[in-house]
Parts: sequence; structure tokens; C-alpha cells
Amino acid sequence: MKKYYLCGDQNTIFDNMENWRDYKKVLLPDIPGLHNIDVYERNGGYEALRDVFTSGKWDSKKVIDEVKAANIRGRGGAGFNAGLKWSFMPPKKDGLPRYLACNGDESEPGTCKDRRIFEYNPHLFIEGAIIACYAMEMDAAYVYIRGEYADWIDMMQAAVDQAYQRGFIGENILGSGRTIHMYVHKGAGAYICGEETSLMESLEGKRPYPRSKPPFPAQYGLWGKPTTINNIETLAHVPLVIKNGAKWWSSIGAPTHPGPFLYGISGHVNRPGVYEYPSGMLLTDLIYNVAGGIRNGKKLKAVVPGGSSVPILRADQLEGITMDADSLRTVGTFVGTAGMCILDEDTDIVKFLIRVSKFYDHESCGQCTPCREGTGWFVKILKRIDAGMGEMKDLDLLLELCDTMEGRTVCALADAAAWPVRNTVIRFRDEFEKKIKRSGVLINS
Amino acid sequence: MEYTFTQAEVQEIQKHVAKYPDRHSAIMPALWIAQEKFGWLSADAIKLVADTLDVPYARVYGVATFYTMYLKQDCPPNLIEVCTCFTCGECGGKERMAFLKDYLQTNEKGRSADGQFWIREAECLGACDTAPVGQISNRRFVHNLTDEKLRETIERLRRGEVLSFEAIPLNDQTPLG
Ligand SMILES: Cc1cc2nc3c(=O)[nH]c(=O)nc-3n(C[C@H](O)[C@H](O)[C@H](O)COP(=O)(O)O)c2cc1C
Ligand code: SF4
Ligand code: FES
Repeated sequence: MKKYYLCGDQNTIFDNMENWRDYKKVLLPDIPGLHNIDVYERNGGYEALRDVFTSGKWDSKKVIDEVKAANIRGRGGAGFNAGLKWSFMPPKKDGLPRYLACNGDESEPGTCKDRRIFEYNPHLFIEGAIIACYAMEMDAAYVYIRGEYADWIDMMQAAVDQAYQRGFIGENILGSGRTIHMYVHKGAGAYICGEETSLMESLEGKRPYPRSKPPFPAQYGLWGKPTTINNIETLAHVPLVIKNGAKWWSSIGAPTHPGPFLYGISGHVNRPGVYEYPSGMLLTDLIYNVAGGIRNGKKLKAVVPGGSSVPILRADQLEGITMDADSLRTVGTFVGTAGMCILDEDTDIVKFLIRVSKFYDHESCGQCTPCREGTGWFVKILKRIDAGMGEMKDLDLLLELCDTMEGRTVCALADAAAWPVRNTVIRFRDEFEKKIKRSGVLINS
Repeated sequence: MEYTFTQAEVQEIQKHVAKYPDRHSAIMPALWIAQEKFGWLSADAIKLVADTLDVPYARVYGVATFYTMYLKQDCPPNLIEVCTCFTCGECGGKERMAFLKDYLQTNEKGRSADGQFWIREAECLGACDTAPVGQISNRRFVHNLTDEKLRETIERLRRGEVLSFEAIPLNDQTPLG
């Protein structure tokens, strides 16, 4: 019998995207009861961890090198090579604790994938996080999960308890002499806590105002100690890399942005859902074949490919574009969290943008003036336009506001708020102008 | 009302304290415990948390007032939140919200006349693939909301039923195009 790691198989290299329909899922395989540690172990679970901790084949550097070679680009939005980030940790000093922060805040609108990991494959994430702690010589992992996920927090806690009982977490893991703890922390409703330094402030029991960088978390993180932060999905890839090798993992999907992806597809499609496929899928395949096409026989108008903050694409920009950083760059957008929102021809783009802007206005922590004021002005100006009281110069005003926000604040929330405005106004300018011209007619007549 | 924690609650809070190198980190979990017990976070409840953890009141107050899920007012027993953000906003969330206002005859503070319900708009709940999505009293998600489903949910809450967890299966069962 072939040895499968979960559903993956290290002998099967998946490098022909034409065959995406034959892709075998490894993050969220269809194995009933996989959230249970018995089922997980029966399917090869915790073998990677066992190998790392007990075989003597893996030292810190080797784990980090393997993960770096795989090029797991962070799934929390920024797409930074996880192994490279791990290598920024300073050398271990005795008596100085170090921490892993696991980002399960999942609050970027359009993103709904980490929730599936909590529910269907929590041990894959736990295994990855503990291996990460081993590699970076950390003492504990803090798993920060948004408070709205109360039910999924309970599921995660149950999985953590099971892993403690089996000795995969805790004192002297598998007799290796290494002690690593894992704690689940419940948020309480604030998007900003997904920003890495805000998350740390929140964990420290403060108002979660993002910190200025530098110093970066690797130098000054949780409780001022060296810390690395990764997204939940990012960490869930780690056991797959260790078990099957960086070469196998990075052969999946787009060469420069490789690996399995969890595509969260929502909006006006027949079959919304969270789908696991290789990176680098054609947007058109995802929309029309995976998600079953546009509802009610309507036509596609726009796609927001990676969560609400990434630039929107018009339907006519999709041809040949794939879900990886290089391809999306050619049309001026990003992978983000791969949470795709599909909008049909009936969508009022101005109203859609108002709601997105309201979100950022609501979630701005208020620390920086350009962000606090700018997000509010977006909403005001856009509402004015929508109500038929806008002027042409309002569009320039919106773009100027973006200039005052982008790259000028403590954290990237201001950028996240400005990108949708800038790109929607530019790419759907006619829809804004139509509302403004209509107002002109009213005033002149 | 007397604001004290039972021995068991204090022990639970101490368990949280033990997870972190600094007891201030237990403010959030302790606030959750206080809110579960008292229904909302009054000044007295916040003071109790501060005293139990031996941290300044202002620090706890600052945390409690930052987050939307910590309730700073005495509220009706059932909170119904409907996501009107991003995807949900384009898939019926706004319409469901309008239905709720009408069905429950809520006032400008979102409270129903019978004092049993209050409603508010949610930001993205992280379940956009089942838009529109609702959440009941900071816990149960209600997916793929329709007016009918909201009506049923309200009736069940009126009867005092505990809503069960609605599992959304991993998709991919239907044939691909
Ligand atoms: C405003 C803001 C919100 C964010 N929210 C999240 C989030 O909910 N989940 C997440 O994983 N990363 C989020 N991020 C990104 C994190 O700051 C960080 O880059 C990420 O967790 C690193 O993990 P990764 O390298 O594995 O992707 C957010 C960033 C910003 C600026
Ligand atoms: S950019 Fe906005 S959210 Fe970020 S720290 Fe400044 S005010 Fe707060
Ligand atoms: S937009 Fe409503 S759950 Fe994400």
C-alpha cells in the first residue's frame, strides 16, 4: 500500500495545473472525524512532529532551512516566506523566553478559511505550531482567535487538550527534553487585533494599539521577548513540508507562490465555499468551475481576489490571470488571504465601496490622524456621491485622501482602507461619474 | 446585586493567570467570565475583575471599552447580530437586518418592545461563504440567513431553546464544472 500523509502522497508530484481536478487535498482532506486525535494519528498525523523531536535528524537550523526552501508565503495576507521570517529570530539566550503568536483573528472581510482548520483539521495546525516552536527554540505558542469564533475556540481548546494528553504539547515532549506550551486566547471583537503588534498588545491585556516598527517582533515581541507571528494556515502547512519535503510541497501550484491554497469563495456564485486547490489556479476556473458560475444566470461584474483590502478587478481583467502574486501583480492586485468575493452585474459598486469603507472607519483604532480622519471622510464623501450630491472633484478628493494615508501611519490598516477606495474609483470611475452626473442634471434643471 | 466571584470562578481566573508571564494578560479572559456571569460589564463588574487580578481599574476599563463583544450596557437576554459587511452586504444581509427591525419592532437602540431581543449590524463574521450570516448572543452562528430562518430562530429563542451548532460541511461534494 502506498504511504499517504493525510491525503497527500510524497511520490505524487503535483505540477501540472491542467489536472487541477485530480488534486488531492492535504490541508482539509475528506476524512470523517479528522478533528479527533485518534483519526488524525491513524492518518499519519503527528508523524512529522515525532520525527523532528525524536529521530535526531532535525536540528533547529535544518527545520528552518526546509521550511524556507518550501517558500510557504504567509497566508495571513502579506505573503512573506515563513522560513525566512523564522530565520530572523535572534540566537537563543539562556533564561530569555521566546514565543510564537498564532494569528487566528481572521477578520479581514471575505476571509473564512482558518475557521475550517479549527473545525476540521485542528491538529495539523497544532503539529505545525509545535514544530515551529521547536525550530525557533520557543517556550510557548499563544493562539489568538477572534471572539466571535466562540464555538471554534472550544473546538481548538479540545484539540489542544488532546494533544497535551498524548504528550505532543507540554513538558518534555516525547522524551525529547523540550518543553513547549500552547494556550488559546479568546479575542473580543476588534479587527485591528489581527495586525501583528496589535495582537501582541491585546495578549498583554492592553488596549490593542499597534506598535511602531522597528523594533520588530523578532527583537521585541510579546512581553518584550523575541516573538514570531504566523497565520494559522501558514503553520498548518509546516507538517506537510517536514513530512513530504520542501521539494514536494513547493512543486504544488505556481512556482513562485507555491503550495496548497484555501480559496474562500463568496458572493454571487452558485456554490460558495472554502476550497482547497493548488495555488495559481485560474480565476476563471475558480469562479466558473469550482464555484459553479454566477448565480441566476447573471454576468460577472467584479472580483475582489484576496479579502476586502486588496484592489478590485473588473470582469474584463480576469482573462488568463491566476491566483499567485506574480500573475495578480500584472493586474495591480494581490493574493491577500485568497478570500475571493465575486460580484455580479447588478452590484452597485458605489454602495459596495461605502460598506467596505464603513468597515475600516469602524475598525480604525484612532491612534493616527490620517487613518482616524481619513476613513471617516471616505464614508462621508462616498455617501454624498451615492445620494446624488457629489461633484466631479470629489473623485480627486478621494484619491488625494488616499495619498495622505498610504504609508503614513503606524500600521497598515490605513493602507488597507485606502487601496479599495483608490482602485475602485479608478477602475469603476464611470459608475461614480454616473451618480455625480445625475446629480448635476438635478441641480441644473 | 452583589458583585463577587465564587471560589470556582476565582480558581478559573487563576488558571488563566497561570498561562501568561504577566497577570495583566488575564484581563480579557476574566472579563469574559464576568460577562458570562453578570450579563454585561457594569462599573462594579469591571471593578471586581480589577480587584480579583489586583490590577488598576483604569486598565481593565480601558480594555473592556475597546472591544465590541464586551457589553457596556444592561441588555436584553438575546442579541441577534446580522453581518451587513462586504459579502453579506451584497447577499442579503442588509435586507435581513431590515426584516428584523420590522419583525421585532425594535426602537432606535435596536431593542424589541417585549424586552427580549436586541439587534445590531455585525462586521464580517468570518463565514462569508455562507452569507448572509448572523450570530446569536456572542456564540452560535446562523448561516445562509433567510427571513424564514430568522423567524424560526426567534421562535426557538422565545421558547428558551438552546440553539445547536450548525456545521457547514466541507464542500467539494458536488461535481466540478
Ligand atoms: C489591519 C490588519 C489586520 C490583519 N488581520 C489579520 C488577520 O486577521 N489574520 C492574519 O493571519 N493576519 C492578519 N494581518 C497580517 C498580520 O499582521 C501578519 O502579517 C500575519 O499574521 C503574519 O502571518 P503570516 O506571515 O503567516 O501570514 C493583518 C494585518 C493588518 C495590517
Ligand atoms: S493606521 Fe489606523 S488602525 Fe493602524 S495604528 Fe494608525 S489609527 Fe490605528
Ligand atoms: S462578510 Fe459577512 S461573514 Fe464575512
